[in-house]
Amino acid sequence: MLSFLGYRLFRFFISLVGVTVITFGIMHLAPGEPTDLQTTMNPRVSAQAKENLRKLYGLDQPLHVQYAQWVKRVVAMDFGTSFVDGQKVVQKIMERMPITIVINLLSLILIFMIALPIGVYSATHPDSAFDKAATVFVFVGFATPGFWLALMMMILFGVVLEWLPISGYQSLDISGMSFSERLWDWTSHLLLPVFVSAFGGLAGISRYARAEMVEVIRQDYIRTARAKGLSETVVVYKHALRNALIPIITILGLSVPGLIGGSVIFETIYAIQGMGLLFYQSVMARDYPTIMGVTVLGTILTLIGNLLADISYAYANPTVRLRRNR
Amino acid sequence: MATPQRTTFEQFRRRFKRNRPAIAGGLIVLSVFVIALFAPILSPYDPAYIDVEKILTGPTQAHPLGTDELGRDIVSRMIWGSRISLLVGFVAVGISILIGILIGAVAGYYRGWIDDVLMQFVDIMLSIPTFFLILAVIALVEPSIWNIMIVIGVTSWMGVARLVRGQFLALNEMDYVTAARALGAKDARMIFFHILPNAMSPVYVSAVLGVAGAILVESSLSFLGLGVQPPVPSWGSIITGGKDTIDIAWWITLFPGLAILITVLGYNLLGEGLQDALNPRLKE
Repeated sequence: MLSFLGYRLFRFFISLVGVTVITFGIMHLAPGEPTDLQTTMNPRVSAQAKENLRKLYGLDQPLHVQYAQWVKRVVAMDFGTSFVDGQKVVQKIMERMPITIVINLLSLILIFMIALPIGVYSATHPDSAFDKAATVFVFVGFATPGFWLALMMMILFGVVLEWLPISGYQSLDISGMSFSERLWDWTSHLLLPVFVSAFGGLAGISRYARAEMVEVIRQDYIRTARAKGLSETVVVYKHALRNALIPIITILGLSVPGLIGGSVIFETIYAIQGMGLLFYQSVMARDYPTIMGVTVLGTILTLIGNLLADISYAYANPTVRLRRNR
Repeated sequence: MATPQRTTFEQFRRRFKRNRPAIAGGLIVLSVFVIALFAPILSPYDPAYIDVEKILTGPTQAHPLGTDELGRDIVSRMIWGSRISLLVGFVAVGISILIGILIGAVAGYYRGWIDDVLMQFVDIMLSIPTFFLILAVIALVEPSIWNIMIVIGVTSWMGVARLVRGQFLALNEMDYVTAARALGAKDARMIFFHILPNAMSPVYVSAVLGVAGAILVESSLSFLGLGVQPPVPSWGSIITGGKDTIDIAWWITLFPGLAILITVLGYNLLGEGLQDALNPRLKE
């Protein structure tokens, strides 16, 4: 177990280094310099001031030196200050991160709790009406653009039915509410974003769960379990599901980057002040320090998600703890 | 990775024809092609024609899917928008397939440390949230149709690389490859003439599914205002136009979204059908 964990941590670290190189590369291979926007847009900036700015950002140094300096600052969680408002980038991101994490965690839980039963039931009742309906749902789910679904849900529940609020994650007058009122306030605000962000994953994971279960149920040990007279429930949920669960957990871990990337879409539409909206706003404002900061931190979140998936994977399957496989 | 099955075209066609969802997918794909090709004939209005007297009219006989916030005909804009979706879908996938084949082939052919390094690179690319990566690059270049094709292509080749690598690892061991090598074929000749042609069938499937993915990403980018720029109509940007009037003009959002959904569904059904027909062992 320890060597497994050590190996995973090693790969986590390698990926982390790779991500910083890629992020840094993107920003520096692009035409022009990050300071151009502050200078060329502003005719009053003299050549001297431009030079000072370049020095300030270290742009007069060779590339590998710049990279080393940047990494040194990143390790100390210093992503510089935003071009837009001069605020510290880390502070901006940290303020926005909790709500994004909460929504993504809730959608992961939702995906797991809905997709798994759908997959198991479809696999144990192949070609039933339910199975066919689930297949249709999967294909439609894959083809539905997230931003469009978010808008349609807004029209349906916010405009036509007027059941749910359509922006933000809490009401403005939240401080005056009792605890139960607050709980409902948050729930009603988060219902649509969590559903929309989970939707694509629901289709993917339920399909994957079905395929895994079908595969497992054909194995000899399932036949043995049935032959010795165990009830169908025990066979399906104890013997089959536990084995099917392992690859499903991995796929769930791999779906984290998609979920975090999707935050940009639904946070923009539902006006939720999270990392996704921050990223979108920084892209629109060409605020490079913030763009780099969010990319690196978003990727670290993803890598942590993968690491957690790996660990729970090892927990569910004792043989993994002993083997070093990819 | 299983060795690819040699199937005759006849067998392939018979299997594909039995798969009704795949046929439906193929028909959808074909129809969108026809619509894009004959856009000037099919479109009832000029997609850029602004009729100020008809701003935000719902579906009527004159405008079957209504008009947008500037009084432009939505059906016409959607018909022209299909060209953007197909163009971006195909060019982006072309780029991603090219990169994926190159990296996958080199990794699978040479193995050893080259393989380790390239696959580690694939893992790293996969761990960056793709949408973040795309937006970060878009922030640096001008958002335009050509740039988003390149950006989507450059950020979506990893799956193809893994596929091709797996195929190469399996094919490397085949007798005919050993024979070709014994005859002294050069590496480039081995890779592109002897191994690659036999490694392509899963790549075709992945290409068809990739078009679906690229269409979705393009529409999201255009929706965010970071893709195809106005006044060029794209399915995503039509929806952006309706965002502010969503409480009174649902048709601007509904119809282009359905167009995206149906088109993407078509490519997915076609891709799955191809997969089943090319590799029947995967399906029970």
